[in-house]
Amino acid sequence: MQILNLDKTINFMNIRRFTGAISILLIIASLASFAIKGLNWGLDFTGGSLIEVSFDQSADLKKIRGVLAEEGFADATVQNFGSSRDVLIRLAPRKRNSDESNGEKITAAMIGDSIMAALVEMDSSATKRRIEFVGPSVGDELREQGGLAMLTALICILIYVALRFEYRFALGSVSALGHDVIITLGLFSVLGLEFDLTVLAAVLAVIGYSLNDTIVVSDRIRENFRKIRDGSPEEIINESLTQTLNRTMVTSITTILVLIALLVMGGELIKGFATALLFGVVIGTYSSIYVASSIALSLGISKEDLMPTVVEKEGEDQDQLMP
Amino acid sequence: MVLIVLLVGALYSAPNLYGEDPAVQVSGLRGAEVDEVILDKIISTLDEQQIVYKKTELAAGRLLIRLQNEDQQLRAKEAIAEQLDDKFVVALNLAPATPAWLEAFGASPLKLGLDLRGGVHFLMEVDMKEAMNKSFTQMVQDFRTDLREEKIRYRTIKRDIAKEAIVVQVRKAEDLDAARRFLSNRYPDLQVFEDSNTDEPDLLVKMTEERIKETRQYAVEQNITIIRNRVNELGVAEPLVQRQGLDRIVVQLPGVQDTARAKEILGATATLEFKMVYENADISAAMRGRVPPKAKLYEDEDGRPVLLEKRVRLTGDHIIDAQSAFDEYGMPQVTINLDTKGGNKMQAMTKDNVGKPMAVVFIEYKPTEQKDENGVSKLKKVEQVIQVATIQSRLGRRFSITGIDTPQEAQNLALMLRAGALIAPIQIVEERTVGPSLGQENIDAGFNAVMLGFALVLIFMLFYYKKFGMVANVALAANLVLIIGVMSMIPGATLTLPGIAGIVLTVGMAVDANVLIFERIREEIRAGRSPQQAIHHGYDSAFSTIADANITTFIAAVILFAVGTGPVKGFAITLAIGIATSMFTAIVGTRAIVNGIWGGKKIDKLSI
Repeated sequence: MQILNLDKTINFMNIRRFTGAISILLIIASLASFAIKGLNWGLDFTGGSLIEVSFDQSADLKKIRGVLAEEGFADATVQNFGSSRDVLIRLAPRKRNSDESNGEKITAAMIGDSIMAALVEMDSSATKRRIEFVGPSVGDELREQGGLAMLTALICILIYVALRFEYRFALGSVSALGHDVIITLGLFSVLGLEFDLTVLAAVLAVIGYSLNDTIVVSDRIRENFRKIRDGSPEEIINESLTQTLNRTMVTSITTILVLIALLVMGGELIKGFATALLFGVVIGTYSSIYVASSIALSLGISKEDLMPTVVEKEGEDQDQLMP
Repeated sequence: MVLIVLLVGALYSAPNLYGEDPAVQVSGLRGAEVDEVILDKIISTLDEQQIVYKKTELAAGRLLIRLQNEDQQLRAKEAIAEQLDDKFVVALNLAPATPAWLEAFGASPLKLGLDLRGGVHFLMEVDMKEAMNKSFTQMVQDFRTDLREEKIRYRTIKRDIAKEAIVVQVRKAEDLDAARRFLSNRYPDLQVFEDSNTDEPDLLVKMTEERIKETRQYAVEQNITIIRNRVNELGVAEPLVQRQGLDRIVVQLPGVQDTARAKEILGATATLEFKMVYENADISAAMRGRVPPKAKLYEDEDGRPVLLEKRVRLTGDHIIDAQSAFDEYGMPQVTINLDTKGGNKMQAMTKDNVGKPMAVVFIEYKPTEQKDENGVSKLKKVEQVIQVATIQSRLGRRFSITGIDTPQEAQNLALMLRAGALIAPIQIVEERTVGPSLGQENIDAGFNAVMLGFALVLIFMLFYYKKFGMVANVALAANLVLIIGVMSMIPGATLTLPGIAGIVLTVGMAVDANVLIFERIREEIRAGRSPQQAIHHGYDSAFSTIADANITTFIAAVILFAVGTGPVKGFAITLAIGIATSMFTAIVGTRAIVNGIWGGKKIDKLSI
């Protein structure tokens, strides 16, 4: 059985200007959304407190808000989480006064406990599911670290691909990765989904996945450049994309299958993770076909760049590969 | 080869099938050891209460009692805690029920992260500013005493915050030289130089980079030791106290639910007091309640009554450092360094009291079960004599306590002496508490997701590649076993919810290698090669692609692990392990099976 029975080469590159336009449009839309709406940063990055409580019966959000206001937490957001019996309470980080003594700082960490105590008093069936507290300085750091992780990953991959293939491929695949990351984040921004550490991990996994895809395609392109004597670069790329299309589809399908399983069964905490990955895999599949190869093509990839005599010496002779 | 690897993987993942026994763990505090006597006492208590236990294990001063169920576990804990005094910690634990033959191979089940088993995670930050402040204050005091002793006249010695230095002002130029020579000789880890920006003769003293590093290092390490000590008192079975980065400490307390109490205990303050033993004491009278007005009755470290003077001669905040060491006879001892003021007080205390006994009292404020009207636990002052020693001579800033029985005891004493003088306060900057019900739900959700994802992929592969799909499925199952086996083998690896997500993702991506190979084989067949050739070429030509694709993903995983914290790390570990194992099973593993089935035969058609 086969998904697509391809006897003819599909002319992928024919519509590359069109897909390029779409990609650019999506990127602009994502960036615009960052500028206007921004990302819905999760607790990990903003700092603050979060309490998840479950009750025996449907929770009365109004009453909970009342209790919280009485305790001096009027700024808390209270919402259902997963089911009507589970409630999620969020608190922005407390403003730090300059004369704040050490004792008061500890109370910032104690907020969760005192809210929990108040809720148990209100309704004895209240049980603690989780409490999270992140100090403001930690939040900033996590954000920096996250960005750093993403940049380092991209740079290391750029170097590896440049060494292993050729700089045009490296630029192509890294642009594809950047493309995927920006658009996935754009989706989170547009839909207002919460962006926390697990979602960050998912975005980084998208980088891994999309890269995997791109490499497989690039590998085939390189192979065909060496094997097929006649034909323009565009034809060879089309040929390679057609050959790998089945594999691209099958792998995407199996990955999407498990991600759906994760989304359905994984519970509330993993939902953001699964959403980011699911969307990222779809975008990653598209970008490995269009973005990476069309950039390599636009940069003027040609047979001479990939002849085996050059590539085999790559270890000692990288300078020649670099512009 | 494939078989051996799989067997090893299966062997090490096997303990995960056996589950865990509810258990009670008893361990000693402050040098107290759990021994056979205590074991017998506990066993008779359990028999009395008709609590059936599965097994008792006594190893490394730690006793583990396995019980039938959780109800018995709770009852057993209460009964045992009642029998033993507060020198022992009784904690609930879940002991892996790994059979002995598996344990003999060093196999143990996966460690579950806090998000799966429930518990508290704290990130605490050491207040470095305060540590530096204290260090500077100390230096100012020391300089004053030193210069006075050396008869070098100075005008002022004070700290200049902006310059991050201590300014020593003198009146005359010759004093300047003398002071500089003296200070730089005496303190090689300080930089002493003339302040050229002012006309007056003064010196700037700065800490060298090394000294600053040391001060910070010490502040963190001291806090870690103290936190460890306190965590032990919480009665947590497998606590983790670890340094993170420059000035942070991670504290993980699995199974702890009362976070408020945990915070109180971690933040408890401790002090030390040096007192003289009351002379001509009539202990038996005091025991009957006739305590002299200037004295107070204590118990010493062995539980014997001892009468001490009420007057506090020296408090613990003057202690700069206390180290356990060995004296010239190879006997354990504790060396104590006091600050200048403390040194003076010590001199005053010991001058007229040579030959008399002196006691060290450790005072802690511990939260109790009772709460006041605000819901804050009332603090109980716990006083304990940790050492009674005879003063051998007049003591100064630096002295030793000898006559300690074991090196272990010396270490404990040094630790408690240091605990009395925390140089830098700590605060909680991050907390993550997961309730037990959520933990179990996370495990279930993760397990279900893995199973469903696994089943979906199995069905798809079977449907799409037929017999070859079967082969890939066997490889996938083997891969899952290997991931769990490798995770169980690595001592530091813990399974977290993002980790499970990583496994799920690996399941989806692991078939990629097989897909690549199978698509190649199909292509070769289409190109008109014979089935045997097609298999051979398919594996060969797909290999470099698979290697490239996996290495790059592996790079991403390694970076995630290196840069990320918490959930990101957990995910990265499983992803990295999954890539490694899936390469093996998908290439080597399936090749072996394929060769076994189709190898050496003449075939016309492949089921692919």
